[in-house]
Amino acid sequence: MSRSSKAKEEFDAAPWQGKTRKYDIIKEGTVALLVVAILTVALSLLLGSPDDTPLTFKGWATTNSDNFYATAVSELAGTSGTATYGPPYNSAADGLNVGPLWLQKWAGVSRPIDTVNDFVIAPLSTQVMSVEIASALATWKAAAQTEQNTWATNYDSAIAKVEGKLSAVPAGNYGPVPALAQGLTDMAKAGGLDAALLSQGGFFQTDNTKQILFFGDGSYLDDAGTAANLQGGTWGMMNETGRYPGQAWLWLYSFWYQIPPFNNEESKPIGANADAYIMVLMGALSLGLILIPLIPGVKTLPMRIPIHRGIWRQYYEENGIKRRKY
Amino acid sequence: MSTPTHEMWTARLRSSWQRNLPIEKLLPDDQPAYVASWIYVFGVATIAALGVIIASGIVLAFQGPAWYHTSDIGNFTNSIHFWSVQMFFAFMVIHLWGKFWMAAWRGNRVRTWITGAVAFVVSIATAFTGYLVQTNFDSQWISFEAKDGFNSVGVGAWFTVTNLGQMLLLHVAFLPLILGVLTLVHVLMVRRRGVVPPIDAVPANLEVRK
Ligand code: HEM
Repeated sequence: MSRSSKAKEEFDAAPWQGKTRKYDIIKEGTVALLVVAILTVALSLLLGSPDDTPLTFKGWATTNSDNFYATAVSELAGTSGTATYGPPYNSAADGLNVGPLWLQKWAGVSRPIDTVNDFVIAPLSTQVMSVEIASALATWKAAAQTEQNTWATNYDSAIAKVEGKLSAVPAGNYGPVPALAQGLTDMAKAGGLDAALLSQGGFFQTDNTKQILFFGDGSYLDDAGTAANLQGGTWGMMNETGRYPGQAWLWLYSFWYQIPPFNNEESKPIGANADAYIMVLMGALSLGLILIPLIPGVKTLPMRIPIHRGIWRQYYEENGIKRRKY
Repeated sequence: MSTPTHEMWTARLRSSWQRNLPIEKLLPDDQPAYVASWIYVFGVATIAALGVIIASGIVLAFQGPAWYHTSDIGNFTNSIHFWSVQMFFAFMVIHLWGKFWMAAWRGNRVRTWITGAVAFVVSIATAFTGYLVQTNFDSQWISFEAKDGFNSVGVGAWFTVTNLGQMLLLHVAFLPLILGVLTLVHVLMVRRRGVVPPIDAVPANLEVRK
């Protein structure tokens, strides 16, 4: 630090010796509180706030029962988004990485989800059911895992082949899987699945992970998100349902998802691991914001771009202070 | 023999407090003459918005998360909470930019900037958990989408955005507490140091005037 900048730093740190003006801190605070309170009340009365009712499994199975049915089959076959996710739900995949850092994998399977049992078999078992479904369930439970797998995979592939058009699926070796999927669809239609997924046979429950994940495996939630203009690839993070401002302060986080290579899942390594790269990037940028006063080049920007001449114009003019060189 | 007063922890804390933050600094009745721009209002405005957020949040907490979906007063309280958050962020961001262009970390005020910036990050986390506990379509959507980001860097193993109970507790207890403490420390630091002098003001300016 040069001598003059050291003197300036000491001057800035010392209690102010120059002219002062009257200032009522309590009055300022009270007035600010009143003004903000009045503004929020006015905005609330005029504009209200967004509150779209949550979607339900009942709604899904009723409005798009084929999609729900096919999703149930994919949970049994282990091909759904959740079943193939990896940590923290299962070890079906390694998850994303940032270079040599496999953080997702290293953090481990801390919230285990077994889509077959948690999403289909256990909820279905809580129901009073028809003879047909009861016997399908018994057949499934009595079968070896490889056999279960064969049935579910056969049926899942057959549905995929006809692009989800259930009536076009040819007969095949599907075991009890069609009956189980039908049973779960009926249960969802009747409104029994939402609570059964949450409670998993218990009493108190405050964790909605299983419901949310199963929900996201189908097209119902995704379609609703698209309709509400909430998709991440189109700045959805900053939007709210309806015509309300969302989390606009996430603009920079959202920004990266709009540009290459982050918005291209095919591009390796960054696009394919965009979530992880963007998280790390935002972590680094946040740290940068916190440490601005210590970053050379950034901490002197306010001296080089003299916006402060406007902020303190009155003081500079009254005291005839010219712009200093830094 | 009794311990000399200056060695007692309590006495030391008291004297350093008295030295650094006497009541005249805590509740001043004057300010340096250069404090004359509208930009100075935004710190106080941010506190005011935070006050409205907390007050409306307490009402919402007493009634539980399902209340505002069905009650008109509940819906109104929720609107107050929603709009005060929008204002809080608007004020805080203007405040942040203002302090940046004033290089307000000069003269031993780096820690004031740091506590402010950390408060900004914590505010984002607090608002985010707030969006997750709305128990409406928006929170279903956000939790499904946001889990991937946290999972991808391993944080999702503990911070589970799909877990309503966890998010609710963080939103109404832990995060506001942290934010409140940060805000308090931030403001006390400002009071202790006084408002930073203008960038082009130098000791000579005082001399000239006297
Ligand atoms: C919870 C959010 C915040 C609150 C309630 C808050 C409140 C305040 C208040 C009341 C002041 C004194 C009055 C003024 O100069 O406006 C102040 C000063 C200051 N704030 Fe904040 N602030 C917040 C966030 C931030 C952020 C995000 C930053 C920057 C990253 C920041 C940086 C500063 C600095 C450097 C000062 C000292 C200014 C000086 O000495 O002239 N604050 N803050």
